[in-house]
Amino acid sequence: MGALQSLPAQPEYIDLAQKTGFSFEQIAILHKRFKQLSRDEETLRRENFSQIPDLACNPIRTQIIEAFFDKRNYHQNDVGMVEEIGFKEFLVVMSHFRPPSHRMTEEQRENVRTEKLRFLFNMHDTDNDGTITLEEYRHVVEELLSRSGALGKETAKGIADAAMLEVASISVGHMEPDEFYEGITFEHFLKLLKGFEIESRMNIRFLNMDTSTLFFLFSFSSI
Amino acid sequence: MAVFLRRSSSRAAVTIGVLLLTTSFFIPGASSDNRDAARGGSNGTRGGPGQVLQVEKEQRNSSVHQETHTNSSADHKKPFPVLSFNYDHVRTPFEISLWILLALLMKLGFHIIPRVSHVVPESCLLIVVGLLVGGIIKAIGEKAPVLGYELFFFYLLPPIILDAGYFLPTRHFMDNIGTILVFAVVGTLWNAFFVGGMMYGVCQIEGAQLATVDLLSCLLFGSIVSAVDPVAVLAVFEEIHINELLHILVFGESLLNDAVTVVLYHLFEEFSHAGTVTVVDAFLGVVCFFVVSLGGILFGAIYGLLGAFTSRFTSHTRVIEPLFVFLYSYMAYLSAEVFHLSGIMSLIACGVVMRPYVEANISHKSYTTIKYFLKMWSSVSETLIFIFLGVSTVAGPHAWNWTFVVFTVLVCLVSRVLGVIGLTFLINKFRIVKLTKKDQFIVAYGGLRGAIAFSLGFLVTDSQMKNMFLTAIITVIFFTVFVQGMTIRPLVELLAVKKKKESKRSINEEIHTQFLDHLLTGIEDICGHYGHHHWKDKMNRFNKTYVKRWLIAGERSTEPQLISFYNKLEMKQAIMQVESGSSAKLPTPESSVSMQNVQPKEPVRQRAIPSISKSREQEIRKMLRANLQKTRQRLRSYSRHDLLIEPFEDHVSEARLRKQRAEMGRRVSVHSSHLVFTEHQAESGNSPCRTEHQVFTYDTECPNIQTSRPPDTVRLLTESHQRTNQSAELQELSAKETDIEDQQKVSRCFSDPGPKSDQDRDGSSTS
Repeated sequence: MGALQSLPAQPEYIDLAQKTGFSFEQIAILHKRFKQLSRDEETLRRENFSQIPDLACNPIRTQIIEAFFDKRNYHQNDVGMVEEIGFKEFLVVMSHFRPPSHRMTEEQRENVRTEKLRFLFNMHDTDNDGTITLEEYRHVVEELLSRSGALGKETAKGIADAAMLEVASISVGHMEPDEFYEGITFEHFLKLLKGFEIESRMNIRFLNMDTSTLFFLFSFSSI
Repeated sequence: MAVFLRRSSSRAAVTIGVLLLTTSFFIPGASSDNRDAARGGSNGTRGGPGQVLQVEKEQRNSSVHQETHTNSSADHKKPFPVLSFNYDHVRTPFEISLWILLALLMKLGFHIIPRVSHVVPESCLLIVVGLLVGGIIKAIGEKAPVLGYELFFFYLLPPIILDAGYFLPTRHFMDNIGTILVFAVVGTLWNAFFVGGMMYGVCQIEGAQLATVDLLSCLLFGSIVSAVDPVAVLAVFEEIHINELLHILVFGESLLNDAVTVVLYHLFEEFSHAGTVTVVDAFLGVVCFFVVSLGGILFGAIYGLLGAFTSRFTSHTRVIEPLFVFLYSYMAYLSAEVFHLSGIMSLIACGVVMRPYVEANISHKSYTTIKYFLKMWSSVSETLIFIFLGVSTVAGPHAWNWTFVVFTVLVCLVSRVLGVIGLTFLINKFRIVKLTKKDQFIVAYGGLRGAIAFSLGFLVTDSQMKNMFLTAIITVIFFTVFVQGMTIRPLVELLAVKKKKESKRSINEEIHTQFLDHLLTGIEDICGHYGHHHWKDKMNRFNKTYVKRWLIAGERSTEPQLISFYNKLEMKQAIMQVESGSSAKLPTPESSVSMQNVQPKEPVRQRAIPSISKSREQEIRKMLRANLQKTRQRLRSYSRHDLLIEPFEDHVSEARLRKQRAEMGRRVSVHSSHLVFTEHQAESGNSPCRTEHQVFTYDTECPNIQTSRPPDTVRLLTESHQRTNQSAELQELSAKETDIEDQQKVSRCFSDPGPKSDQDRDGSSTS
């Protein structure tokens, strides 16, 4: 739509703001970034993400990029992957990283927690079967250690196994020898990370002012 | 009966300590100026009359000695003195040791009486003891030692600060560094000027006889009394176990405001001599602040890097490793003091910079030594500081002025509250996780003053106002430590402030912490702005590629954090099982999940195990499952003076083991096989290790996991088995029933086959 080239019409923003909770200024900035990444096209593809230079050094970049194209993160109760996303999906995925607002009831805070943990869960559960199996968890740890080179594989397996054992002990407790622990379900995941305080940790600062002009100032405002 | 004995023994300890001390003053009958001179105390005016007296006594003593000598040489040969009394030449170390002993006996006494220590924080009790001792000394007529500048700043303060800095939770500190800096710098400035200004206003009141106090003196006073004191904060906060955020906010503020205090103090000291202030002076003051703080940090960082580099080469001289840490840090402190930079910030920077590299290089024993020594020294220092504070209160000349003192206390409180509220309002605009009203209250209430203010007050040269200032400072200190210190715990309970989370350090949390770090960095990169995570990630990468290579010996430099965490965790578990052997509650098979439940089923490969009947196998499995107990059952809350930062380093006494064994013996008669094994494991305490390894024998697909373990762990396990050997022997003596022996034989037999390390282990345990 040609309207997206200039400052978009307000009704679009109002709808997005309601859905994601961002303010208008934040949406405008993110929109600018979206256009920068997509080279002024309307959709983003995986190649656009791969061109971000800083992202190349990140050990889990594949998972991060995949998270943007995962329909489960669009809050539409849909599953599967897409090939390209529009600004709305981009914004919805970004909204997972908004901090909980200052005045929130306990229930709302709980919802925020569940939502963020759901995002993490989806990142681990790559085959969309609702559980994180041992293989998937091993993959996660391997990716984390992927920059260490030679030590990676065997130790990753050991660490993942120990971690899985711990989850099983915490969640299930008592198991017969021939029972099999299928994988980490979402409830177990919630239980596992109960003390993690994710609602205060999984946030980034979304700016209210334009980055390009005030970059210097904001690099120090990480209080 | 036992309680009575304990209480009387603690009282006995206390009385012995006090008696010893007073007799040591009484018998030699010389003044204590000797000791002050040895320490280089700065109480020049006070020492005057005392020194004269001392010299006279010396002359008298020497003349008496001469007389006896001449007499004896004139009469006959003196018989060889079998026993002689010469106290003077051991006087100084003797009295120093006696003071320290007294301090420690007091501490011991307080902990034996649980009732009092729950209500009153230890710092208050120690000050009271100091008051008593000071009263006794004054009654005797001796001169008490005074908490002078050099004693305090060069000997008593550094261990506490080094302890705090070395074990600073860096992650939390860095996450909140902006808030902490704002509180420390802006907050202290506000406090100093507000208190100084208000007190000047108070001094103008007619009828208060304070007209001689000018503005600069008031500002000087304000700058002394406004700084939050790290010693007092540590002493009080460590007992209330508050959540990490608040703890690091108040504590970090108390550490970082040292730079501001140093600059302000010197500034006003200079100005009060000059008399006037110009704009240039003010500007230079600001520049001075930056120089002092950044210079201090730079000194600390340099010494820290030196220390880390030195530790890279100490693999052959493990015994002196701890000394390097202590000496480099102390040198950093002293070097900063030479240039009038902030010694505290230098010390903190040194500890923080040194720690990750040193810990990767030094042996485990050196690490334990460093930790124990730091805790020990800081504990002793803190105790001595509070006792001396009490003693100095009784000893010093006081000039009590009702108006001045009362208004000081009030104004200090008001300025603290206003400062915190105002600053939080500003800070919350920039914080992601905002500070609530409760947080603000605790931060304001936790602004305790302490011995630093007192020692700085001692340096004021104008004697007339000095006494008045000192009295006011002491009153403020007493008020904050006693009133605020005692009431903060019930207030924390009342307001239901979040307490410190018991640290679990599970491997899942570690994985997710790392994962989250990378995730947030990635999202920030996608968003395109360089935030907190971006810079942290950049620094980590820089650290890994360049710095670690230089400062960490061998291959550990390339070890990623997750792997080193995992190795540490494994070793901790192994050590814990060996050392503790029992936990707070009797081991119960709570989690019976083993690896086979988690591993996907695969076709069983051929194993060289003698065939066993199905029922036997079931029994074995049951026993093995019973072994897999939770390894982190004991939860410790954080206390600075307990050496329990890691939960496994608890020393289990022999008596406790015996008691547990007796209880186990009772249960054996009820359940035969199941609990026999738990008894065995409870006392040998190595079952999770054994189970872990044995569990892996059932795991068909990764028997090679053992080869990938670092050699340290294997050595450690064989070491541990020698110890369990002994306990196994003891236990076998106590085991009466024969079927227990049978079961043990069975278990040994069936654990024999399998990979090599299993055989080593089981071979050693067949005693």
